[in-house]
Amino acid sequence: MTEGPLLVTREAVLEVKGLRVDFHTYAGEVKALNGVELTVEKGEILGLVGESGCGKSVTALAIAGLLPQNAEVVSGEILLEGRDLLRLTKEELRLTRLGEIAIVFQDPATYLNPVISIGAQITEILTSDRKRFQAELVGAGLKELQDRTEGKPLSPALEKEGRRLRSIEPSSRLRRGEVKRLAKLLALSYLRMVKLPDPARVFKMYPFELSGGMRQRAIIAMALARRPKLLLADEITTALDVTVQAQILRLLKELKERIDASVILITHDLAVVAELCDRAAVMYAGNIVEVAEVTELFANPLHPYTKGLLEAIPRPDARAELKSITGSVPDLIFPPTGCRFHPRCPFAFERCPKVDPPLVEVSPGHKVACLLYGG
Amino acid sequence: MTSETSPKGERRSSRGFRREARYGLHLLRKNPIVLLGSIVALASIVLSLSSGLFVDPNSWKTTHIAVRLCWNNPALNWNLRNVYDCSGPTTYALGTDSYGRDVLRMIILAIPLDLRVALEIVLSAVLIGTVFGGIAGYAGGSLDELILRLTDIFLAVPSLLLAIVLATILGRTLENLTLSVLITWWPTYVRLMRSQVLTEKEKPYVEALRAVGAGRVRILFRHIVPNSIYPIVVQGTLDIGSVILTFSALTFIGFSPSPLIPELGNLVNQGIQFVFTAPWLIIFPGLTIFVVSLGFNLLGDGVRDIFDPRLRR
Repeated sequence: MTEGPLLVTREAVLEVKGLRVDFHTYAGEVKALNGVELTVEKGEILGLVGESGCGKSVTALAIAGLLPQNAEVVSGEILLEGRDLLRLTKEELRLTRLGEIAIVFQDPATYLNPVISIGAQITEILTSDRKRFQAELVGAGLKELQDRTEGKPLSPALEKEGRRLRSIEPSSRLRRGEVKRLAKLLALSYLRMVKLPDPARVFKMYPFELSGGMRQRAIIAMALARRPKLLLADEITTALDVTVQAQILRLLKELKERIDASVILITHDLAVVAELCDRAAVMYAGNIVEVAEVTELFANPLHPYTKGLLEAIPRPDARAELKSITGSVPDLIFPPTGCRFHPRCPFAFERCPKVDPPLVEVSPGHKVACLLYGG
Repeated sequence: MTSETSPKGERRSSRGFRREARYGLHLLRKNPIVLLGSIVALASIVLSLSSGLFVDPNSWKTTHIAVRLCWNNPALNWNLRNVYDCSGPTTYALGTDSYGRDVLRMIILAIPLDLRVALEIVLSAVLIGTVFGGIAGYAGGSLDELILRLTDIFLAVPSLLLAIVLATILGRTLENLTLSVLITWWPTYVRLMRSQVLTEKEKPYVEALRAVGAGRVRILFRHIVPNSIYPIVVQGTLDIGSVILTFSALTFIGFSPSPLIPELGNLVNQGIQFVFTAPWLIIFPGLTIFVVSLGFNLLGDGVRDIFDPRLRR
C-alpha cells in the first residue's frame, strides 16, 4: 500500500452511505439522490460543488433531517459519529439538530424571524436547553467579571460574585433572571465573535435594520451558539455582495477553528472551494462523481465532468474561446441509464449506458466514479 | 462590558417608537373621520373607567315612581305633556324613564357594561382564534379538518339566531348572554388565524427554526403567532362595535335578565312602549349605541391603516 506523505488517519464525523432520495411529484418520481457517498472528517471543510439541481442542497437537507413532505429516503445511512440519523425518532432527531448539526441557508433576509430582535433570537437558543448550556452560561459570567476588572484586583463585592459563580454546580438550577442575564452576555460574545460592529446595539435590533452581510453574520452567530459538531453552509454567500462574500467566508474559516467543528460548504463557485476547503466533492445529477483533496482535485481532475467544470472557468489571460460542457442537465424523472453523465461525456464508450460506476479510490484520498478508471 | 449598552442604541430605539407614533398621528390627521372615531372610542373607554365617580353604580336598582316619564330640560322643549308631575327641584338633562330613573345616569352606567361585555367577547374570540386557528394551520391534516368543520357548523347557522337559541337554552343572565354571543363569534377568528398561519409557516425562517431543533409549540406560539396576529388585532378592534350592536340587539328583543338592567339595548326596549309619550327613552340610548359602535368601527379602520404594510412609506 502506498502511503501518502504524513497521511494522518482522522476520524469521520459524518458518513453518508448509499443515500437515495426520491421526490414524489405530479410528473413522476424525481430521483434526486442516487446513492450519495460522503465522508466528512473531524475539523475539515468539505466543499460540495455541482451545478444547480444536482442534489447539493437535498443532501444537506437530508443530513439535517429537513427534507420536505414529498421526499422519501429510499435507502442509505447517514451516520453522525456512528449514529444513524435516519433511524432516530422525531424527538431524538430534534435534539440532535439542536445540539450537533447547524445549517446556515442561502438567503439571510428570510431566515430570521422578522418580529423578534436579533438578541432575543440568540438567547432563545441559549436558554432553550438548560443542561446543555449551563456551563457555558456560567463561563460567560466569569469572563465578564474578568473583563470588567481588566486584571486589576477584584473589589470584595465582585470577588464574592466570582466565588458564587464558580460554586454553581452543573446540576443546580439557576434562577430565571440569572439565566437571562448570562445568556445575554454569552449572546453578546457570539455577536462579537462574528465581528458585528457594536454588538450591544445589534443585540437590540430587528432583522430589517441589518444589512445582508450583517444578517448572515447574525445567523452564523446563532449557528455557532449551539456549538455544532457539523455545520452545513448551503450557498451562504450567494445572496451577498462580492466584497462581503469574501469577509463571510474568511470568518467561517476562522470560526470553524475556534469552535472545532466540521463544515460542509455547499457552493457552485469553484474559486470558493479552492480558497477555503480542505477537500472537495463534485456532484452530478444526484451522484458524487469525484472526491479529493482540493489541490489534488484542481491539479489532477479525473472525472470528465470535473475536467469540464475546470475548463469552464474563465481566465483573464486566455486567448481561446471559453469551453463549456455540451448538452444539458438530465431530467431526473427519467435519468440516463448507467452513468448519468454519459450522454454529455466526450469519453463515453459502450459500457457507460449499462453500468452505474461505483466510487473507487484511484490514489490515496482521491476517489472517482467513472468507468475509465476501473469499477 | 455591561457598560456597553450604548446611549446610541437607546436613543435609536426610542426614536423608532417616536417615529411610529408620529406616523400614526400623521395617518389620523389625514383622515379626520378616523380621528373622530378614535376620540369617541377613547372617550367611551375613559367614561367607562370613571363612571363610578359620576353615578352610584347601584343607583339603577332604585325606582322613583313619582317622577317617571318626566322631561323638564328647559333647553329642549318636546311640546309633550308630562304624564306625571315633575316640577321637583332636580332637572333631568335627558329626562327620566318609566321607573323614574335619570336616563343620562342610566346611559353612563350602560356604556361600561356594554363595553365590558364587548371586550370580553372580542378578547376571548381572539384568544380562541389564535390558539385553535394556530394549531389548525400549523398541524394541518385531520386536526385542521376537525377544527374547520367545527367552525363550519357554527358559521352555517345565522349568528343572531344561534345566539337567541343559545341564550334561551342557557337561561337569561348577563354571563350566559355573553357566552352565547361568544359562541357565535369565535369561528371567524379561527379561520382568519388559520389562513395567516398557513402562509407564515411556509416562510424560510420557520424552516430555520426547525433546523435548530426548536419544538413545535415554541415555533408556533413564539415565532409564527406574533408574525400573523396583526389582521386578528384589526378584526378584533373592528368587531367591538359589531359586538355591541349584536349584544344590544339580543337585549332589545327581550333577552335582558331584568328590565331594570342599565344596558343600552334594554333601555331602548323599555322605552319602546312609550315611544309617543316619551321619545327620549329610545332616542338617547339608541344614539349612544350608534355613536359608540361607530366610534369603535372607525378606530378599527384607523388601526388597520396603521398596520397595513401597503400604506406604509
